[in-house]
Amino acid sequence: MESILVLAHVDESGSTLTRNSLEAVVAGKELAAKLGAPLTVGIIAVDAATAAATVVSAAARILAVSGEAFAQARYSTDSAACEALCRAAQATLVLGPSSSRFARVAAGVAHRLGGAIDTHITAIASDGSVQATRWFYRQRVEAMLIRDQRPWFLLLESGTCAPYAAEAAASAEQVPVERIAVELPPARTTVTGFRVPAKDAQTIRPDANLLFVAGAGWTKKQPDGQVHGGEAAQLILGFLRASGASLGSSKSLVDQGGDGQPVLPFLTHMNQIGQTGATPRHAKGLSTCCHGEEPHVVGWRFIGERRAISLDPNCGWTRGKADVVYIADAFKVISKLNELLAAHVK
Amino acid sequence: MSTSFHIVVCAGIVPDPLQTLEPITGPNGPGLKNEMVLPAVLDSWAASALYEAANLVAKNPGSRLWLVSLGPKAKLQQVMMTIAQKVPFELVPVDGPGGGFTDARAAAAVLADAIKAIPTLDKANLLLFGGWESATRGAGVTLQLIGERLGIMDQFQGVDQIELRADGSFEVLERVEGGKHQVSVCAGTPAVLGWATGSLPEPRHNPQIGMANMRTLMPALQKARPAELHSNGLHYASVSLPKQQRTTRVVKDLPAEDIAAELAVWIGAE
Repeated sequence: MESILVLAHVDESGSTLTRNSLEAVVAGKELAAKLGAPLTVGIIAVDAATAAATVVSAAARILAVSGEAFAQARYSTDSAACEALCRAAQATLVLGPSSSRFARVAAGVAHRLGGAIDTHITAIASDGSVQATRWFYRQRVEAMLIRDQRPWFLLLESGTCAPYAAEAAASAEQVPVERIAVELPPARTTVTGFRVPAKDAQTIRPDANLLFVAGAGWTKKQPDGQVHGGEAAQLILGFLRASGASLGSSKSLVDQGGDGQPVLPFLTHMNQIGQTGATPRHAKGLSTCCHGEEPHVVGWRFIGERRAISLDPNCGWTRGKADVVYIADAFKVISKLNELLAAHVK
Repeated sequence: MSTSFHIVVCAGIVPDPLQTLEPITGPNGPGLKNEMVLPAVLDSWAASALYEAANLVAKNPGSRLWLVSLGPKAKLQQVMMTIAQKVPFELVPVDGPGGGFTDARAAAAVLADAIKAIPTLDKANLLLFGGWESATRGAGVTLQLIGERLGIMDQFQGVDQIELRADGSFEVLERVEGGKHQVSVCAGTPAVLGWATGSLPEPRHNPQIGMANMRTLMPALQKARPAELHSNGLHYASVSLPKQQRTTRVVKDLPAEDIAAELAVWIGAE
């Protein structure tokens, strides 16, 4: 019989479970109900009791490791914590969010427990056996897989489930949390902080409703024979400010910097979507001046509604991939759109 | 003070991203149609790791760089003809399947054994590099598993920068959620770094480097150890291309003002 452990961690506050962790709790609850399996939640936090209080009725058992050592997301301490939770839970299926924190350690923990791991899981089905769905070849091939080996670690992509509706926090003393002792190895790594772009320069917004994708066309010659890189930058940044959208870019536009061609100064490789970049999840996506498979197929795999502005009426990549394609000059459209959005804000 | 590193880069070969991929199921499980004739390239994030490694080696005299790669020997040879022109390295090839549907644990075991077998490798000064995810399986677990097998307890994923310090420690920038970098300081080697894009451009072809690499590369390829990857109880219930063809409405000859108004409504501003 299967038994399920959901590994969860807190955000930078140290006591609030991340949204992705709460989604994993729901996935665990649903799977436990289908399999008739017991569910345990394991929490890593500085203050695990406060975090546990919000999921106290989700699971039969709540385990926690807590302490200052877990304020920092690093391999040695996080892997030791996850290992201790897994050994205490003795689960056959271990679910967790595909967060940077768990993606760093989960494979190592699976190895220590003699288990198997699959990451970027987009769905879990149970039809007698547990079946996990994930993508291969950078979101170009989809597969459903089954494993005999246990424990089986499954890291879930964000958006796989709705997040668990956190309960009104009971007082920490009333929460039945089993505290698990962890033997920590000597820490050779210290997290010294985060490097964050200036607030108005941060163009990657994972929680945004809209993904705005800028393609290389923004820095190509326009009908007057000139490149208007400065104007393109102003229009794009103006749109991002007015709409709150997250900015994605095609590889070709990001790479132009290295080739000595005109660049949009706020773009980095972290904006890149597609095969060599991110595959973000947003409800809507608007691509502009893009031509090619990267933005329209790979980078947009998990975008709900998709629209594109392109000068090329024959762009084969938008056909069948976007819901609407506007054959128009993106400079003009975004300029007008910015005016409308600014008027709406006022 | 400069430090000598022994850097091992694990890098797979992947189908050229411009190729159309079609999954098929054969007697040994799923694979790609015409996989052996698809043009291949070095995995892009692993290539970033290789270029960053070569840069570190160049700046730290006495350092050495090995490229450990698992794939069919013929494909490895094809890709190495290009990569060997870019940076100096010693190749440790392993002749085996390299597709995305193999089990990561099996691949990690084979690669870890290949690394352990490098005769002159100083594990105390080891930096194990690779891409943080591959363009095939894309799971981001193989490097971690190799690190565990080698007993390395300091691991970093999504690395964009490493900065060495005079005392042998180094600062690492790792990608985390929200477009941020987590900054960590590690006391020193050994460590595992799964690279994202890094900050270096792709080096230009250099025939002299190519000639030097070829002296060791071809004999190494000829002696490539064959490896069999076990499935470890992994089965595929289905493998398919996405069926998400959309009905695209193509809007022509609409003034920019009208398109903007339609988009504003769609975005939810009006």
